[in-house]
Amino acid sequence: MEKLIVCIKGVPEPGSVKVDPETHALKRESMELILNPNDRSALEMAVRLKNDYNIELVVISMGPPNVIPLLKHAYALGVDQMVLLSDRAFAGSDTLATSYVLAETIKKLSPFSLVLMGLKSIDGETAQVPPETASLLGIPSLTNVKSLFMEDNKWIAIRETEYGEEEVEVEGPLVCSVSPTAFEYIRPPSLKRLLEVKNKETIVWQAGDLNLDSQRLGLSGSPTQVVEVIEKKIETKGIILEGEPEELVEKLIEVLKEKALIKN
Amino acid sequence: MIQYNFTEEQKILIDLIKQIGEEYIKPYALEWDEKEIYDEKPIRALADADLFGIIIPEDYGGLGWGSFEMCLAVEKLSYYCGGVSTTYAASFLGSYPILLFGNKEQKEKYLPDIAKGKKLCAFALTEPQAGSDAFAIKTTAKKEGEFYILNGMKQWITNGGIADIYIVIAVTDPSKGARGASAFIVEKNDPGFSVGKKEKKLGLRASVTTELFFNDCKIPKNRLLAREGMGFIVALRTLDFGRCGAGAQALGIAQAAMEVSLKHATSRIQFGQPIYNFQAVNHTFADMAVKIEAARALIYNVAKFIDSGAKEISGASSIAKCFATDIAMWVTERAIQMMGGFGYMRDYPVQKYFRDAKCLQIYEGTNEIQRNIIARELIKYYK
Repeated sequence: MEKLIVCIKGVPEPGSVKVDPETHALKRESMELILNPNDRSALEMAVRLKNDYNIELVVISMGPPNVIPLLKHAYALGVDQMVLLSDRAFAGSDTLATSYVLAETIKKLSPFSLVLMGLKSIDGETAQVPPETASLLGIPSLTNVKSLFMEDNKWIAIRETEYGEEEVEVEGPLVCSVSPTAFEYIRPPSLKRLLEVKNKETIVWQAGDLNLDSQRLGLSGSPTQVVEVIEKKIETKGIILEGEPEELVEKLIEVLKEKALIKN
Repeated sequence: MIQYNFTEEQKILIDLIKQIGEEYIKPYALEWDEKEIYDEKPIRALADADLFGIIIPEDYGGLGWGSFEMCLAVEKLSYYCGGVSTTYAASFLGSYPILLFGNKEQKEKYLPDIAKGKKLCAFALTEPQAGSDAFAIKTTAKKEGEFYILNGMKQWITNGGIADIYIVIAVTDPSKGARGASAFIVEKNDPGFSVGKKEKKLGLRASVTTELFFNDCKIPKNRLLAREGMGFIVALRTLDFGRCGAGAQALGIAQAAMEVSLKHATSRIQFGQPIYNFQAVNHTFADMAVKIEAARALIYNVAKFIDSGAKEISGASSIAKCFATDIAMWVTERAIQMMGGFGYMRDYPVQKYFRDAKCLQIYEGTNEIQRNIIARELIKYYK
């Protein structure tokens, strides 16, 4: 079997989010980045497949150099090679521009049997990157996969859908996004690999290393333009009713009826 | 408060234990205690993190570290749950005999699986009539051709039923007294070996304690550790190495008790101010800090003393175990007092720390037995 590629993303630690007032994109360079929680399932599935089929595991992440600790975390879980895609030209990429960079990187890493990603990132919440990347690579894609194994040279996947589960048979290579609830147990990093990782090189590729079309990168390669970012505020208003107990009951019933909380 | 200069490797170890504690233990520890259930997930996480390999040599797939790192791991883990750390530390106690006395063949067979955490260990010495008086054991092992046949029972064995490898001390020659016992490796599926009831305990309730039965339990003769007659030497040497681990458990539990009660004392308002402002309260915390730091300095030093290759470690390891576990009992009791009614309620963890700490004064040799050892070693040292 050829290599298995996992794509992971650094997302802002919830509560530390800063937005660029000009582009409305998240300011990733200055933030404390954590591994996108949904990517943990993708990494767990990747490590289990590596152990079952003895395949080489490569992790890639696109982002500023402060995602390197996340790549190292992936190494400590069992990944063999770390690739960072980092270039100022990538800044402001929407899902299309991101998928373009990922697809070109995956081509460069070919041959491969499988690409795994988390279902969606907790910052963008689009879930578009896995199927878009597959589409750009011209290979099948499956979303929300909870289990995956090989039978007679075909992948058998079980997908979680809104109405139940679906079993799919597909010929690789393919891109899968992994269900965040695929595993009851997700392993912690290995101490031995944590001790090893400081001596391991992370491959860093810039736009030039991948022969990318600059028009398809960053803001210029992103048809999605974020027009405005609004912080959602939930306001709770209290009403103070005054009067004698009997009156209050009447008033309260009126208010509740008005809000259709009780029937007439 | 006292900062230690840990190496990069030790810092990575500590961070990893914290990650495991926060994710796999902290959210569930009170529930495991309340329902008295053993959950294998934190143990699986410790295994996947290579943490069962700390004291196993690199040649056998471990990290090749020593007592000091073992104590660090146990201390930091006990901060999250004394029950989980008991399962973990008891497995070290069961692996020491193979590590210290196993021949090459035995080490090659068992240590790699122990290092990976694929197999848990248990150390079985205690019997119904042989607790502190370990020499009173009645379990027998008779050699018959290529086999030993074991008969008898063991009591209060940590990891009974969940362990795959049991180190069992049994009498091979009753006429030789203390020199008539031998140590054996018994595997979970050996014929005639069975596990009795799970004990109901005051504390350490996330760990498993059971009886073990040997009913014409037949094991190949190559399961004998060291030589016939070496049983108590194997057992006592194992305990010499393991005792620091019990002390390290005490450190973690006492630290947690102090932190939880300190947070309460600084936020609980009575008489218009945080109760920490009252001298009766803050002096208690000062005493907690003094005792915990003293115990930590002692445990760390004794662990390093053991790692230096010292031969006479009985007295030192008894001092470490005895002092640290006694102060944990004191600290956890005071932590409840500092929290008043909150401390007594099972919604808060300090009562669990208190119950967990109690066992540390009892197992791996009661603190009275530790004082016997200290007194004995003292007179040897100053003769």
